[in-house]
Amino acid sequence: MTETTDAVTARTATAGRRAAPGPPNRPGRRSAPRRLLPRITPWLFLLVPLALLVTFTYVPVANMVYYSFTDWDGVSPDRNFTGVDNYTQIFTRPELFRVFFVSFYYLAASVFQIAVALYFATVLSFDLRFRNLFKGILFFPYLINGVAIGFVFLYFFQDGGTLDSVLGWFGAGTDHAWLGDPASANTSLAGVSVWRFTGLNFVLFLGAIQSIPGELYEAAQLDGASRWQQFRHIIAPSIKPVVSLSIILAISGSLSVFEIPYIMTGGATGTSTFVIQTVKLAFQFNKTGLASAAAVVLLLIILLITWIQRRLVPDEKVDLV
Amino acid sequence: MGKKKTLVCALAVVTALTAAGCGGGGTASTETASAPADPAKVSGTITVLTHRTDLVKDGSMEAYAAEFAKTYPKVKVKFEGLTDYEGEVKIRMNTENYGDVLMIPGAVAKNDYPKFFAPLGTTDELSGTYRFSDKTDVSGKVYGIAQFGTANGFIYNKSVWEKAGVTEWPKTPQEFLGALKAIKDRTDATPYYTNFKDGWPLTQWSANIGSVTCDTEANNNLASAVSPWKQGSELNVIDTLLHDTVKGGLIEKDPSTTNWEESKNLLAKGTIGTMMLGSWSITQMQAAAVTAGGSADDIGFMPFPVQKDGKFCATLTSDYQQAVNIHSEHKEASRAWIDWFTAKSGYAAKEGAVPAVKADPMPATLKSFVDNDVTFTERSETKTGTVNAIDNAAEIGLAKQDYRQKLVDIARGAQKGSLQDYFAELDKKWDEAAKTAGS
Repeated sequence: MTETTDAVTARTATAGRRAAPGPPNRPGRRSAPRRLLPRITPWLFLLVPLALLVTFTYVPVANMVYYSFTDWDGVSPDRNFTGVDNYTQIFTRPELFRVFFVSFYYLAASVFQIAVALYFATVLSFDLRFRNLFKGILFFPYLINGVAIGFVFLYFFQDGGTLDSVLGWFGAGTDHAWLGDPASANTSLAGVSVWRFTGLNFVLFLGAIQSIPGELYEAAQLDGASRWQQFRHIIAPSIKPVVSLSIILAISGSLSVFEIPYIMTGGATGTSTFVIQTVKLAFQFNKTGLASAAAVVLLLIILLITWIQRRLVPDEKVDLV
Repeated sequence: MGKKKTLVCALAVVTALTAAGCGGGGTASTETASAPADPAKVSGTITVLTHRTDLVKDGSMEAYAAEFAKTYPKVKVKFEGLTDYEGEVKIRMNTENYGDVLMIPGAVAKNDYPKFFAPLGTTDELSGTYRFSDKTDVSGKVYGIAQFGTANGFIYNKSVWEKAGVTEWPKTPQEFLGALKAIKDRTDATPYYTNFKDGWPLTQWSANIGSVTCDTEANNNLASAVSPWKQGSELNVIDTLLHDTVKGGLIEKDPSTTNWEESKNLLAKGTIGTMMLGSWSITQMQAAAVTAGGSADDIGFMPFPVQKDGKFCATLTSDYQQAVNIHSEHKEASRAWIDWFTAKSGYAAKEGAVPAVKADPMPATLKSFVDNDVTFTERSETKTGTVNAIDNAAEIGLAKQDYRQKLVDIARGAQKGSLQDYFAELDKKWDEAAKTAGS
């Protein structure tokens, strides 16, 4: 209670000070509560964001960790502590980990995705006609809701759908059920993911490239550097931190793919990912405890991989000038 | 920084503990929600949670409530239509606020019913009046009354089947496959449509457990380590028929992009010959046929192609069961609504469904079954709680799409494996789960 009262007093005090014009406060005039003010002011500003952060991030995570040690079914008022039983199950049932192989499709796709995004970001950072139009076109897919993308691409891949008709125009009439067998289904889904996320990588790279001072290019041009040499020696080193961030995002994203395969195939035909499996454990088989444990394990795996990656590629300070 | 971390952690832990503490609700009173003796005296506003958002939107539910108000003038009924019924109600059931009357979500374990719902009476009392009452029986008391039931079988387009030269219902799985083959050879129609992508229509196959042996105990028999897919068992016959249909190439070309809404039109127009669905689908298909310029008579319904002693059997299974929230303050009014809606509203008849009231006649949609002397097998559900517990523990999902999607994939060669190996794997999972679950 006191905290709130303090906050109110403090807020009025701040407001009063801001409103009052005149010479700056002299140290001698400060009273005791006023000396407290500078110390609590940052906390006052942080109050709302911290409350939101705790309510929507840390409490749910803490709950999830708690559930992972129980056998809760998601509805029943009773839940029993089962210790690490759920974790033992996850690590002793190989079929639960087998779904991670599906992530390799997405991982391979994200390598391709980063390359494409980097290429376009470099090309479009130079003066080109319709430059902004192309930027818009490339970024556009990222703005569309993932669920909508899933539905659109269902029509795209269906028998006699968009892809088949386009291929037909080029005489390559296929009779292939794109989502019909595991290999082509996963490749198709990974392709959708590339289509969707290239825009995000592209914008990140473009932002980094545009922060490079223009004089560097001018100087390079005077020295007779080709476009490739400019990329190799100016652009590449200066956007390295952004590229490494993109790689981290790509890896964690590949491990936790969810909405595109869930909407398009529901995890059928060998397209199930770790998150889809977790959702099914929780909501189909009512094993909320086990599913929470799976979620915790995924979280730990991602943290671990990120940590290893940061150790292998330390953050270098970029200093061009 | 150190201070901040401790603060955040402390907050997180405290909140987690309180949240967890709130989750486990206390035991509410176990007073029976009995029907009011005098309709004029009972009063209150009750909220009915329903999955039929379509009926809430088009005002049908309001019309039922208005009709109800004529008998119970002091009771006001409000409806809450939930699109993702299962998901939303499941979460709301962690609080006390889940309506006065609701459909029992599938996620609630049968043994937990007494913790969530008020008992409606003893099984002895209610089983005389209502079908399917044993489905919600927990130690002699009933916790839910079915809205209506469904007969199970195949829905088909009559003209397609006639064009293929098949006029009689197939009596064996082989005859059924032969008929589908004839449709493939003699017409342009897809003989059988799996609805693989949407998935849930594949779960309808499980509803036929009991049609093969005409045994009302068929589902209860699964409640232990019985290897449900062994040679000659219900599930073996059912899933083998699905497997052979797919393997024989008698299904749509690309199962991975099927579309349920579209499939209704395709069946109505005769692009599809057959689908496995409950009798609830008949009215929808007839409506689609009329819209497509055909006639409602084009839609036929046939029993599962197995006969016992020269007669077909069709299982009757229950739709959602209506229950009274144990925390409801208007239990009498809620019970009055359930009784009235089930027995007097005419809802079941309008939906063309099997009435939950035993004395009511079978609907017109099932006329062909009645005329042809199909035996209706009302499946006993007394051990459903145990069966579901084993099913969940085994992560098979008799009423979930995944295991049948894999079956279809194996049959069409999209995934490795043979039917026999898959059955053996399922049997093993089931039998192992039965040891730990469902005691």
